[in-house]
Order: sequence, then C-alpha cells, then structure tokens
Amino acid sequence: MIEIKNLSKSFETSDGSLDALKNINITIADGEIFGIIGMSGAGKSTLVRCINMLERPTEGEVVIDGVNLLSLKEKDLREIRRNVTMIFQGFNLLMQRNCLKNICLPLELEGVNKKDAKKRALELLDLVGLSDKAKAYPSQLSGGQQQRIAIARALATNPKVLLCDEATSALDPKTTRSILSLIRDINNKLGITVIVITHQMSVIEEICDKVAILDNGEVAEIGEVAEIFRSPKSKAAKSLVYPEDNEVEVHSEFALRVVFNGAEATDTPLIAQLAIEKNIAANILSASTKSIGNKAHGVMILSFADEKSLVSAKQYLNQIDGVLSEEVKNVR
Amino acid sequence: MFAEIFSQEVIDETLDILINEIPYALWETFYVTILATLFAVIIGLPLGVLIVVGEKDGVLPLPKPILSFLNLLINLLRSVPFLILMILVFPITRFIIGTTVGTTASIVPLVIAAFPFVARLVETSLREVDPGIIETAQSMGASPLQIIVKVMIPESVPSLISGITIAITTILGYTAMSGIIGGGGLGKIAINYGYYRYKYLVMLIAVIILIVLVQLFQTIGTRLAKAMDKR
Repeated sequence: MIEIKNLSKSFETSDGSLDALKNINITIADGEIFGIIGMSGAGKSTLVRCINMLERPTEGEVVIDGVNLLSLKEKDLREIRRNVTMIFQGFNLLMQRNCLKNICLPLELEGVNKKDAKKRALELLDLVGLSDKAKAYPSQLSGGQQQRIAIARALATNPKVLLCDEATSALDPKTTRSILSLIRDINNKLGITVIVITHQMSVIEEICDKVAILDNGEVAEIGEVAEIFRSPKSKAAKSLVYPEDNEVEVHSEFALRVVFNGAEATDTPLIAQLAIEKNIAANILSASTKSIGNKAHGVMILSFADEKSLVSAKQYLNQIDGVLSEEVKNVR
Repeated sequence: MFAEIFSQEVIDETLDILINEIPYALWETFYVTILATLFAVIIGLPLGVLIVVGEKDGVLPLPKPILSFLNLLINLLRSVPFLILMILVFPITRFIIGTTVGTTASIVPLVIAAFPFVARLVETSLREVDPGIIETAQSMGASPLQIIVKVMIPESVPSLISGITIAITTILGYTAMSGIIGGGGLGKIAINYGYYRYKYLVMLIAVIILIVLVQLFQTIGTRLAKAMDKR
C-alpha cells in the first residue's frame, strides 16, 4: 500500500518560492491501477517523482508498505527504487545499448551476474512481445516498441509498483491502446500496483480503477473512475470529463449538459420526443455522441428559450436510464 | 630562391636527409603524440566528468569551492600559450623525467597543455547525454558512480571519440612546436633544417607529412565515432 500524507513540495525559484504541490493525501491499494490526471503544470510529474523520492517532498510523508521513505538514507532509497520502477514519456532507453542490454541494466546495477540477467531479460522480451528485437538498437524501433522495451526494463527487478509518467503521450492512439493493454495485462498477471500519470482522460478511462484529479498542485477530486465520469463535481474534473464545454460558447443563459452513459436511446429520437411530448424546443449547441453496442455514450449541450422549459427538460431527461443532465454554469 | 630549392644538388641532399632521418622522426612524433594524448585523457577524462557531475544539480554535487577551483585551473592552463607553457613547466618536467630536454621530456608540457583541453571536450560530450536517461538510471536505483560508468560515459562514447580525435590532432601540432625545446620528431626536422639551415624542401616535406598524419588521425577518428554510434 502506498500512502501519501499531507505532502507538499515547493521549489525555490529566482522570484521566490513556488508551491508545486499542496497538502496532497492519496492512498493507493496493492494491485490497483491508479490514475493521476491534470493539465500541464498541475504538479503531476512532481508528485510521481515524490513517490520514488527523485524529488524530496518539502513536507509530509510517503509511506510504502509501512516504510516512510523520508526516513531512509540515500543507499536504502536505491533499494526501494528497485521495487518502485518507472517508465517515461520519452522512453529513455540507452541509445548505445541494444534492447537486451537495456533490459539487463537494472539487473547489472543490482549486481546480478551476466548469465542470469540475460535469462531474465529474454523472458521479459517475450512478455512484451519483442523476442525478435534482442539485438536491435533502440533507434531501430518504433516509439511503441521502445516503450515496450522500457516496460520490460522496468519489470526486470520484479517491482511491486510501476510508475508511468505520461507513458503514452508521445504515441499515436492505436499504439497507446496496445501499450495500455500491455500495462493492464502486467497488472493482472503480476499483481503490480500501477500509477498512471497522464493528461488524457481517455487513458484513465481505459485502464484505471481509481483516479485523483490534480489542479494547481492540489487534489481537486479523488475516487472511482466510473463515479467521476458519471458525475464530476469539481471544476477541474468537469473540464476534463467534458472538454467540449471549453470549446463551445454558450450564449444562452439556459443551457443543459446531457450525458449519455450507456443509455438505450438510439432508437428513440430523444430531442424530437422532447419536442412532441413536452412541447419544448431544444437547440443543440454541441453534440459528441456515439453508439456502442446499441448504447449511447457521449455528451450534448442543449439550450432553451427560458428557465421553465429548461427545468422540465431536465426533469424529463433525468428519468431516462443512463441519461444525466445538469445545468451548464461555468462556461463563458 | 625557388629555383635553388629544386636544383639537383638540393634534391639529392634532401633525399639523403629524408631517408636517414624521417623514419625515426616519424616514429618520435607518433610516440610522443600517442603517449601525450593517453596521459591527457587519463587526467582530462575524470576532470571533465567531475565538472559535469559536480554541479549543483549534477549526480554527485561537489562543494562549490572545489568546482570553482577545477574550472579556474582549466581556464588558467588553457590561456597560457604553449610555447611559454613549455618553458614555465621546466621544474615539473625536471622533477618527473629528470631532464628538461629531449623527446621524452617534451611529453610533460604536452600533457599539461592538453589535459585541460581534453577535460573541456569531455565536459561538452557528457552534457549531450539526455538528462532523461540519467533520471531513468536514478529511478532504477543507480549510484552516482554507476551512473557515470554505466550510463554517462558509454552513452557519449561516439562524441568522446570525436573529442579525442580533435585532441590528437591538436597535440600533433604541439609536438612540432616542442622541437624548440629539443623535443624530437617532424617538428625538429622542420625547424632544424628548414628554419636554422635554410633547407626549405626538407621543411616542406616535413610539413606535408604532418598534414598527412592529421588527415589520417582525423579520418580514423571520424570513422570510428560513426561506427560506434548506434543512434
């Protein structure tokens, strides 16, 4: 279990001290895939580096399986780092070493003999599906393949925790999905706790069990991913779950956000029914919905002529299963 | 003057000198250059490493006075012209070799002139290593020494080879100057015959051989650096 307690981190800059993280409290259970999301500058990279002490927190504690990392000496921290490994956005493979030797590196650092290290590296190459690339150099691989090698390298020391710092941000959507499914497989097979840092909500949606939303160095919201997708409460969460709100200009005072969360709505034209049954004319400001297996997913923003029609439309929509609507207030 | 350079008499005399003296001079130049480079690298490499890793946010931060002292030492030695440095370091040369004259003695000033230069070249090479890779090594629990030996130096090998090639060619040029203090080699031939005894053809040929040597070292160095680079 990883417990982050009252953690703060500030940096000394030329124009005074900058608070990167403020009073963070997060508990991550063993075997969980935990997401930490935020816009750039929210402090998520600093936070993940506090978990393996690449950055020392200014205040607070990081406790892993009962051990307070701040109480450890540099040498003992190095031991911990073999248990809490990390992958990065830029893959960070050694360009002058071939793939096999890259995977061997953490084992070499630990003092494992060459033969055993090679055997372990070959197993890991197999696990990430790149057995044929042992002798290839990183520059000969695609981004997705490089990240697979980086994952194999991170697993070499049999860690308990894998930190992923924007691990898919440099990859295209298809490769991102394949890397995410590899991470999920590893989590399933090996029971490794995974902490995923990202700015992409789709990554959280795809693999995380729980998520913490960081905004300006603070945890804005924390909870089950499904719950936060269903009803984001904080402003930061809303802008991540409904990025459309930032793109659409809502001039109307009476606007409603309609979220389709697996509603059986595809064969009943909802907006038309609203007009026929309730005699309410809704203006569609933006819509981004798709049907997956005859279920609607997505978000729509509707505007109405007055308060009265907005209220009754909201009532009407909320009684439908899998549809959730609420007033839009925080838009420009 | 030029008519005289290529007269039959001069050519015969030159050929005579070339056959008798050039092979040994070539060997002397070779051995002084290689030994001086070797020692310059032995001192300059760790020094260059220290300057990079010893910085405030380096992997092995050093106390600021030490770092400033190292930087000052390098800059001081780099700013003394080689011709003067050769004479200035006579006491050190005498202490190490026992004499200040001769080919072997000329290695001492060469090393003293070249190691700060090598340190700066090493510094430049190591700074090219992606900081992300160093952070990755730290995240694996690598000690500062392991980061230097397993990551920083191996990752910058092609660049280090290019740097050492530059050092070799520069030292080769300096060996020619050490002819002044009795250091042997092609420089001595060029100065003794060409400058002191007006045998311009000998000087010309010694210079041509030096040019060929520089070309040779440079080509080998460039090819080696390219072949080693897996990027």
